[in-house]
Amino acid sequence: MSPITTHLLINLVQVVFLLLFSPLLEGVLARLEEIIQGKRGPSVFQPYLDIYKLIGKDEVVSEESTWIFRFAPIINFTMPVFVVLLIPALTSYPLFFAFMGDMVAVGFLMALGGFFVSLAAMDTGNVYGPIGASRTRMVGFLSEPVFILVFFSVSYIANATIPYIVNATWAESWSSMLQPAHLLVVIAFFMLILADEGRIPVDSPSGKVEIAMIAHSKNLEYSGTSAALMKWAGAMKFMILMIVFLNVLVTPWGLATTARLSDVLIAIPAVLLKLFVFVVVLAVIESSLAKLRLFRISEYLATAFVICLFAMSVRLAGLG
Amino acid sequence: MQLAWSLDGLIAALFAVFGLGMIVTRQMLGVLQLFILHSLALAASALVLAVALGSPHLGWVAFITLTTKVIAVPLVLRWAAGSEIYERREVDQVLTIPISVLVAAGLALIAWVVAGPLVNAIHDRPFAAINVPTGLMSLLFGAFTVSVRREGVAQLMGLLIMESGAFFASIVLIHDLSVIVEVAAAIDVPIAVLVIGLLIRNINRVTGMTRVGLLAELRERR
Repeated sequence: MSPITTHLLINLVQVVFLLLFSPLLEGVLARLEEIIQGKRGPSVFQPYLDIYKLIGKDEVVSEESTWIFRFAPIINFTMPVFVVLLIPALTSYPLFFAFMGDMVAVGFLMALGGFFVSLAAMDTGNVYGPIGASRTRMVGFLSEPVFILVFFSVSYIANATIPYIVNATWAESWSSMLQPAHLLVVIAFFMLILADEGRIPVDSPSGKVEIAMIAHSKNLEYSGTSAALMKWAGAMKFMILMIVFLNVLVTPWGLATTARLSDVLIAIPAVLLKLFVFVVVLAVIESSLAKLRLFRISEYLATAFVICLFAMSVRLAGLG
Repeated sequence: MQLAWSLDGLIAALFAVFGLGMIVTRQMLGVLQLFILHSLALAASALVLAVALGSPHLGWVAFITLTTKVIAVPLVLRWAAGSEIYERREVDQVLTIPISVLVAAGLALIAWVVAGPLVNAIHDRPFAAINVPTGLMSLLFGAFTVSVRREGVAQLMGLLIMESGAFFASIVLIHDLSVIVEVAAAIDVPIAVLVIGLLIRNINRVTGMTRVGLLAELRERR
């Protein structure tokens, strides 16, 4: 096989990895939380069944809606796939399309999907859609400074915003892994993931009360294939954030170092293991915290911001 | 040595984050749990320094911190304040939490700037660059907590953070005091907590609350 075919094939493996395992992660998380709460919970494969069921169903589209409503699920679905073409999820070296973008580009692509979903939520006549969309924008605009500062700190510490260079910087030695600035950025980024994904201290993903929903009221209006795409896209987005968090910041090990296909395939269980461990941690955190009131979210994100600021000042003070 | 340096830096970062957490947390129980973690970080730092510098004295510091701050102080506070305080979701504050966060960020920067020349002046203490600014930060956080919270127990907690901060900075400056001094200093903490705890308990019994910030009028008992 010529090197270029191998590279493209590795890219394809990453896409398949993302498509295949993202619903499983969501299923495992839901099941774990139910178990912690003393219930049995649905099967871990439930998200697959949901997606399969929804794809086979008829779709209802509001007469009031415009093209945006039908277009948004497709954009939302393709953006995570794009992201995984850009960044290495299973390898510790750049992939074929890596020259096209860094972590900032990843942030942009994710935001683009979110933007269209918010527009689509306001597009129909549904009352709850716009509420959810505007709240998501509120959380989004509060988390934006933190996001920028996280990237800023990471690029300041590692001298790059390109994921594989950053993770190589951490993985270099234990002492660079244990840098205080690194830890602080990890904490801030973790808080950001919880906010961005509508997880517990900010939003309750399993809540069924429309009035209290933030992120999850935006796809109330979707049905059939579009709903399946939205659900799948949500799972993929979550998985990508976790992959970036784990591969780049927390545990930069276990990735394929050579361009051989077999190595990349071996990296799959390693990355999955990391993801599952993280899901367990997440389930424990989600079960032990209470949801914040809407106007308390700013405090939560302000704390993340200040932690990021600590990271910067530690670095500025010359303490590695 | 490099590893010890990084470890100590990591612990210092956690120490700062827990300090920040105690400023932003509204719930008393959360503050108490963060205080335990804060003290654990202090003990861990002392332990790392003990191993790195080969000073058994710092090992004692770690042990004493563990027994007093992690175990004794929370127990005394739990007993003194009672469930009424720990069950309440919100502690009264003079400033709102977002402003407190902003002030905390400012205090942290001040600590870094102020400690800079001090650290540069110290040459033979390898870990001073990490511990002195962090300790100073914690000292300022504690002072801020004391002045901002209206709750007696929370104010006491602020005093304890100040004490921990001073400890955090001093363990790197002085490694070879005799253990007896250390024990004396460490026993002071639970005793102070006990005394203030008794006071809080009394205030609670007399006025039915511990929000000392609201006790503005003199009330005489005949």
